[in-house]
Amino acid sequence: MRILLTISLWLFASGAFALDAATVNKLGFGDGDEKIAAIAALVAEGDPAAAALLQAATDGELQTAGKLVLIVKGEEAVNAATGAKVTPLPEEREDVILNNRVRRELGGAMAALKLISPDRATRLAAAKELTGNADQAMLPLIKKALASETDAGVKQLLELTQATLELKTGTKESRIAAVRTLGLSTNPNTKMLLLGILEKSKEGGYAEPDEDIRIEAQKSLKALEGRLAWGERAGVLFTSVSLGSILLLAALGLAITYGLMGVINMAHGELIMVGAYTTYVVQNLFKRTDFFDWYLLAAVPASFIAAAAVGMALERLVIRWLYGRPLETLLATWGISLMLIQTVRTIFGAQNVQVENPAFMSGGMELLTGVVMPWSRIVIICFAGAVLVGMWLLLTKTRLGLFVRAVTQNRPMASCVGVPTARVDTWAFGLGSGIAGLAGCALSQIGNVGPDLGQSYIVDSFMVVVLGGVGQLAGTVYAALGLGFANKLLEAWQGAVLAKIAVLVFIIFFIQKRPQGMFALRGRALDA
Amino acid sequence: MKRRMFVKQLALSAAVAAIGLGSTALYAQAKTIKVGVLHSLSGTMAISETVLKDVTLMAIEEINAKGGVLGMKLEPVVVDPASNWPLFAEKARQLLTQDKVAVTFGCWTSVSRKSVLPVFEELNGLLFYPVQYEGEELSKNVFYTGAAPNQQAIPAVEYLMSKEGGAAKRWVLLGTDYVYPRTTNKILRAFLKSKGVADKDIDEKYTPFGHSDYQTIVADVKKFAAGGKTAVVSTINGDSNVPFYKELGNQGLKATDVPVVAFSVGEEELRGVDTKPLVGHLAAWNYFMSQKNPTNDAWKKQWAAYAKKMKLAGADKPLTNDPMEAAWIGIHMWKQAVEKAKTTDVDKVIAAMAGQTFKAPSGITSKMDEKNHHLHKAVYIGEVQANGQFNVVWQTKGPVKAEPWSPFIAGNDKKKGEPDGKTIITK
Amino acid sequence: MTGGISRRLYGPRGWAILALFCVAVFGVMPVLNLAVPADSPFHVSAYWVTLLGKIMCYAIVAVAMDLVWGYAGILSLGHGLFFALGGYSFGMYLMRQIGSDGQYRQPMPDFMVFLDWKEFPWQWWNSDSFWWCAMLVIVVPGLLAYVFGYFAFRSRVKGVYLSIITQALTFAAMLLFFRNATGFGGNNGFTDFRRILDIPIATPQTRMALFAITGATLIGTLLLARWLTTSRFGRVLAAIRDAEQRVMFCGYDTVHYKLFVWTLSAVICGVAGALYVPQVGIINPGEMSPANSIEIAIWVAVGGRGTLIGPLIGAGLVNGAKSYFTQAFPEYWLFALGLIFILVTLFLPQGVMGFLGKKK
Repeated sequence: MRILLTISLWLFASGAFALDAATVNKLGFGDGDEKIAAIAALVAEGDPAAAALLQAATDGELQTAGKLVLIVKGEEAVNAATGAKVTPLPEEREDVILNNRVRRELGGAMAALKLISPDRATRLAAAKELTGNADQAMLPLIKKALASETDAGVKQLLELTQATLELKTGTKESRIAAVRTLGLSTNPNTKMLLLGILEKSKEGGYAEPDEDIRIEAQKSLKALEGRLAWGERAGVLFTSVSLGSILLLAALGLAITYGLMGVINMAHGELIMVGAYTTYVVQNLFKRTDFFDWYLLAAVPASFIAAAAVGMALERLVIRWLYGRPLETLLATWGISLMLIQTVRTIFGAQNVQVENPAFMSGGMELLTGVVMPWSRIVIICFAGAVLVGMWLLLTKTRLGLFVRAVTQNRPMASCVGVPTARVDTWAFGLGSGIAGLAGCALSQIGNVGPDLGQSYIVDSFMVVVLGGVGQLAGTVYAALGLGFANKLLEAWQGAVLAKIAVLVFIIFFIQKRPQGMFALRGRALDA
Repeated sequence: MKRRMFVKQLALSAAVAAIGLGSTALYAQAKTIKVGVLHSLSGTMAISETVLKDVTLMAIEEINAKGGVLGMKLEPVVVDPASNWPLFAEKARQLLTQDKVAVTFGCWTSVSRKSVLPVFEELNGLLFYPVQYEGEELSKNVFYTGAAPNQQAIPAVEYLMSKEGGAAKRWVLLGTDYVYPRTTNKILRAFLKSKGVADKDIDEKYTPFGHSDYQTIVADVKKFAAGGKTAVVSTINGDSNVPFYKELGNQGLKATDVPVVAFSVGEEELRGVDTKPLVGHLAAWNYFMSQKNPTNDAWKKQWAAYAKKMKLAGADKPLTNDPMEAAWIGIHMWKQAVEKAKTTDVDKVIAAMAGQTFKAPSGITSKMDEKNHHLHKAVYIGEVQANGQFNVVWQTKGPVKAEPWSPFIAGNDKKKGEPDGKTIITK
Repeated sequence: MTGGISRRLYGPRGWAILALFCVAVFGVMPVLNLAVPADSPFHVSAYWVTLLGKIMCYAIVAVAMDLVWGYAGILSLGHGLFFALGGYSFGMYLMRQIGSDGQYRQPMPDFMVFLDWKEFPWQWWNSDSFWWCAMLVIVVPGLLAYVFGYFAFRSRVKGVYLSIITQALTFAAMLLFFRNATGFGGNNGFTDFRRILDIPIATPQTRMALFAITGATLIGTLLLARWLTTSRFGRVLAAIRDAEQRVMFCGYDTVHYKLFVWTLSAVICGVAGALYVPQVGIINPGEMSPANSIEIAIWVAVGGRGTLIGPLIGAGLVNGAKSYFTQAFPEYWLFALGLIFILVTLFLPQGVMGFLGKKK
């Protein structure tokens, strides 16, 4: 890593020169090796313009036009070498292509440059970047940065990097100290370093001849492994809850239409799809505006309304005539689902459509190094909770909820005391469908949006509702979370395919044991 | 019980109708050449196959506009096998015996090809198969215009092993659990071993069809990558790619740390993904839409115009991809072969196909191998860009000859590179 | 049959239709297919033979489904599994019959050569014997159905719960069969069959023989089902469907009745699957997908539950429509099919047979 040596040189250098045109051209037109050499040279030039150029390269703003290398920002371009404005913007431009290797070097160079930034967040990010990309040549640089570093978080990361680098060189004392520092790490990469010390060579001796260091390494390894194991457990917990929340969202609507109303709604998956496509349409409407990041605020109600409208129309036109013939609703709704799929395919095409995450939902929260909880999943977990609470409130605290429960429990009696059962059916079906739409809106954030979206959730949704016990919201919640956990624990142990099979077999056995699901409605009738 | 009477009539009329339909083909002898298009337009594979139908129809339209073949117009017969494998066989038989098509363009999945293969062999039909596949097959009645494993998978892994590609030492082979990923990974494992990679440095993982929860997998990849420079080779199929890539992006697994190279992800598949977090991940193909050459520019323009004219879904953002290019090459080569043979007779066309060349949108002149029914193809490695396109970062020196029988599978050294029923001419 | 359950097998008219059907299957079709020259307008091509053969297989499944759903009130959403298991059992034999004619020219089936397996896994024991595989066709679906049914009916799982766990069963089996390691060819399944009993499979004669056997099986199934449902057993079944509690209180052990008809239905499905595979030339785990099993229920519903001729017509209509629409309107056929399902449910609650019955 020549660049890093030169970076450290540059730190002491002063004065600004115009950028060397040959170097800039190398960055613009050269192959991988030449580009890397150019990056090194640019850092060595010690010019803020060089830093700006590297930043532009990182951001993908570097373009070439003929023999010129340009930094293009929006509609404005400057000559990368001279800094002069280029007007008008040349028509024929090509992006400067960086491959992963160049991009990595560039990242390292930028991080090293940023270590002396006055902004703490920048330094922290740079230090983080360096923990994975440490190189012997960086050592003096890191030491210097450490000397002036005041922030504890950045300092810890830098010390860790330093320890990683000093592990192989230095005195016995400094190496033992390094091994001890590594024990405080949360980075899984560190484990390999420590294991490397403890490794036995082929001749029977140890790779590390010094026993004291080995003992320290053993201690550090134990501490590290303990921490990593907790991180892993936290990761499994999170993934399980996340999967559970998705299953819950997908099944909640069905819990109403199927669980409470007894309609075997095979088009449930397609209502989810309607919600997802509504999200797509809303997103497209927002694309031309400045409020793109907030499109979900509009998409949530829109997907609810769209799916609810489709659901209510279905209820009025088809399902209404089939109450009391539950198994036949299966047939009709299957037909509906075929038609909905083909409608969407005709309108939007057979291919998937793109639903972008808003900026605040991209990326994730890093619990430990390597254990990331994506924001999109955190949001969905919260969203599922909110939908659940909302539904619970609706069913228990409102008049409509009272009616729905009344009709569920005893339709003729409810009708006798003046509940407009027909209208309640329509509204309840609309509610269930609307919640399916909400599920679609959420799923669009983590999965694909295509005509077959619903098909992949319908079987799972039915499993959840049946396992939980028909007509029981609490059961649905427990079943969804339970299946989430079972799936994820088994997957970690036996792989995804067998996990799925095992969960299905478990459901079969469970239903044999408790033929009414986890939470059976208690009643005197032998027939449910 | 009049009902029975009715049933009888129904049965009778059905029988009459059957006979009638069976014989219509005889009288429908017009001055056109019928061409079968056998791609799923509904069901799970519609997402990929629909565009192949469209590009085939575009090619037919173009050929007809230029006067057709042998002075006759081509007449496309489009059927929908609905992603249902027995239906593929039934439709193939229908195309060959009822519609009497001269050639069929179709299939995507291996199982669909395997399903129709006996039909084409029995009836001596002609099938052009435009998708990359696992090899291990050669039929006299099929021309494979997609890539064999050595025209896609192996060059990609070689690239990742090189200094420029990041010098990966550990490998995660990740796929959907079916034949193409299993075969490809088997070949790759043997290849990696021949390059000195130890078994402990290879991790093979499979997910079920339609898997949508990649949290655990991505976390495992991260854990594995802690043990050294790692690359992921993904043969994840179809719909599962979107959740996989979204999870990759959200979990912050960057291409500079752990590059993922995919063999089933092209421009069309990325249509549904926000590619900004994925910049730098790779795909290996024999064609990328971003390639700059006059043939490709013209082709893309033609496709955009066609999509707009036919009001195809996605016409606002017309995309081309590798299987579309392969389908395009296939139909044009067939046309050239028919013109050379001066007949649509299957055996004569097969003979005329040997050594056909066609200027492909990828910029090379694609050649049909004289013997093994596969195209010679140049291999390109592309990195995902923020705009959903790929940038070619590496390519083979020239076209690579296909090895349908991978030398990395035991026993294949004895196979001859030519379907049965033809004489072997040694070079 | 609206006016009570008939005691006799068929009336004279019923026998006449059956005889006509026999003539069509065993007389007209073979003559038109084999004896009439291919260029004659009366020639029936191989396409029609395989298509009608396939539909007859589906019809057998539909009749079997009707036995459990229409007569015993058990809606199974997993009958595709039994069908596929029968297909796979017989497919093993067909795979062995390929001999060394596969892509690899080796005695093992291609996918095993490819997986580097030197020996047949245990599931394949004796699979080169026709009779062994023919036995498996009956035993495997039957045994699975018996065990599954025994536990399910004993714990009184019923209604939608039963439907959903049958769906779970077929879904789990599908995932299992997709795995290469399961030993049944993974996603590609079995295909490229060459011979059956050492007779080449792709000849008009073999095809016609398979067609005739399928027709005979269909007739046999119909007669068996008719005999069952008109017997005392059938009346108990109908009683279970209508009021299981009362039947139990009358002292009948409903579990045994349900279990018997359930297992029988699975076996019939297995046989249909075994006939299906050599005719369509492929079996893969896709046959076990939940959607396929739902479709079986739909054939029965379209034709008319609780009649035996109904499912037959339903299977014919739906599959005929599918074959026709996918060719005539490849882009829009799902609309037509979906609409048929909705209209039939709304306006023909008893299926096509109910409609025909009303028109007298």
